[in-house]
Amino acid sequence: MAEALKKQDQREIKPYTMNFGPQHPAAHGVLRLVLEMDGEVVERADPHIGLLHRGTEKLIEYKTYTQATPYFDRLDYVAPMNQEHAFALGVEKLLGITVPERGQYIRVLFSELTRILNHILNITTFALDVGAITPALWGFEEREKGMEFYDRVCGARLHANYFRPGGVAFDMPAGLADDMWEWTERFPKVWDDLSTLLTENRIFKQRTVDIGTTSKEDALAYAYTGPMLRASGVAWDLRKSQPYDVYDKMDFDIPVGKTGDCYARYLCRMEEMKESLKIMRQCLTQMPGGSVRVNDYKVSPPPRAEMKRSMEALIHHFKLYTEGYHVPAGETYTAVEAPKGEFGVYLVSDGSNKPYRCRIRAPGVMHLQALDFQSRGHMLADTVSIIGSMDIVFGEIDR
Amino acid sequence: MEALLETVKSTLGMSVTESAIIANEVIVAVPAAKIVEALTTLRDHQSTKCEQLADLCGVDYPERPQRFEVVYNLLSLKHNHRIRVKVLTDEQTPVPSVVGVYPAANWLEREAWDLYGIMFSGHPDLRRILTDYGFDGHPLRKDFPMTGYVELRYDEALKRVVYEPVQLTQDYRNFDYMSPWEAMTDVQLPGDEKAMKQKSGYRGVDRTEGLEDVIKKEAGHG
Repeated sequence: MAEALKKQDQREIKPYTMNFGPQHPAAHGVLRLVLEMDGEVVERADPHIGLLHRGTEKLIEYKTYTQATPYFDRLDYVAPMNQEHAFALGVEKLLGITVPERGQYIRVLFSELTRILNHILNITTFALDVGAITPALWGFEEREKGMEFYDRVCGARLHANYFRPGGVAFDMPAGLADDMWEWTERFPKVWDDLSTLLTENRIFKQRTVDIGTTSKEDALAYAYTGPMLRASGVAWDLRKSQPYDVYDKMDFDIPVGKTGDCYARYLCRMEEMKESLKIMRQCLTQMPGGSVRVNDYKVSPPPRAEMKRSMEALIHHFKLYTEGYHVPAGETYTAVEAPKGEFGVYLVSDGSNKPYRCRIRAPGVMHLQALDFQSRGHMLADTVSIIGSMDIVFGEIDR
Repeated sequence: MEALLETVKSTLGMSVTESAIIANEVIVAVPAAKIVEALTTLRDHQSTKCEQLADLCGVDYPERPQRFEVVYNLLSLKHNHRIRVKVLTDEQTPVPSVVGVYPAANWLEREAWDLYGIMFSGHPDLRRILTDYGFDGHPLRKDFPMTGYVELRYDEALKRVVYEPVQLTQDYRNFDYMSPWEAMTDVQLPGDEKAMKQKSGYRGVDRTEGLEDVIKKEAGHG
């Protein structure tokens, strides 16, 4: 008997290879994950990405700067405006123009609204992955309200195309500011509800605490950004350290986690929503009047009314929407703090009306890359928690 | 920024071949063979301390003898600055991989290989990453057509996805909107010659002539 047991022990056990996705509800899109398993324990995770690759960078090289903006909505389709923001800031830097203050306030206001909407989506679907359905039902109602604001300001619920190089496309319609203010007053109630459902929830904590823990050093080496980096205890936020638009005038705090596990990431995102709400309120109270985009008709289109009277304005409009504007030769790497982390655009211009190269640095790529070392030694079900906590959206990862 | 550039130059010593400040951003170029050494120095040296590799990408300039640029965007959280390091290479010469310095470079180098065909020596796992399994070519190269070479569809008879040469119902049109609208006055565009001189029919005004010449000519005809 002992002999037989010994023989059994020496038998080499081949790791079991498992295919997770690409069609799996917990994969948050089209992620194909090849897992090498030792029983229930993950030994190696090899994410295969690119199933949603649409060649955005190539397409942008063939489009004018105006036509390139909508592509940024379609990257991370949960946070469209933040990405337009990065592109707009990059082009503005090369053009050497400054957006009027009202335009900057509107951009910050909508960036923060987007951050809240993004975090609602992430937290609720994360909860869904680990078995809680109610947060998703409650959270999505609130997301819908936020999307109505999108609709009212630019006419689209998702693909906004609202931030343009030189400002924003339109001014806010009458009454929108009041309704947004009212929403910021009601939202803390929803936040509290979500928090009661999850923060001290025993099952939620069992599934997330001490899962996917990343140390400070690893978080930096693997180029984590955003809430992922802050959950690991690094106080870093581009809105504070390299402020753009009017973030330097805003008073807000950066929540920093302690443990670097999935639960810390959840807590960071929850606190960030509160801070975003603070920024939105400051924007709404401080917002000055005036124009919302630069008054230079070589870059931004003239107003409709003027086009009816002025030949010059009509010509400018025509030229802007056919040839587009020429951006002086140069290059820039411009990054913003998108809800998921540092979203950067590396623009190379050769002086023509199309970008020579437009590299998109998506935060999710780096996070997903680290899935392998995060999930090693964890159970299969924990991999799902880790993916949920990373805030994966395939639009931006596959580009 | 000038101060930072000086610091970077003195830290890297002689290995900086070119340097510039464009749009208030520090850019240095180093030889491909020295990239690992350069990035290690920039990461560890007290005065630069770039803990993070924010981005790594390729850029293609087909007209140059060394057509590819590999661009490393570094970020220092300690000093709050960004440094851009560039390396030149061509289709054949591999660039030493920096995965040992920044683990985050792993997928980024795979991506540069996939989309540009830039080779990285010493990379642990240089597979394609974004394109399909068995894809041929490097799509972000400037000589790769935007429409691609193949398209795929589901074949009902074979019960699988098949690749076919791309067939366009309408030719791909690359509209050339360039015009002398702004600072482009030295371009001769098709159609411009009509406004210049005509051999017969309506006597157009030769724009290259001065006004006096035209008046003289008109008087002669009269």
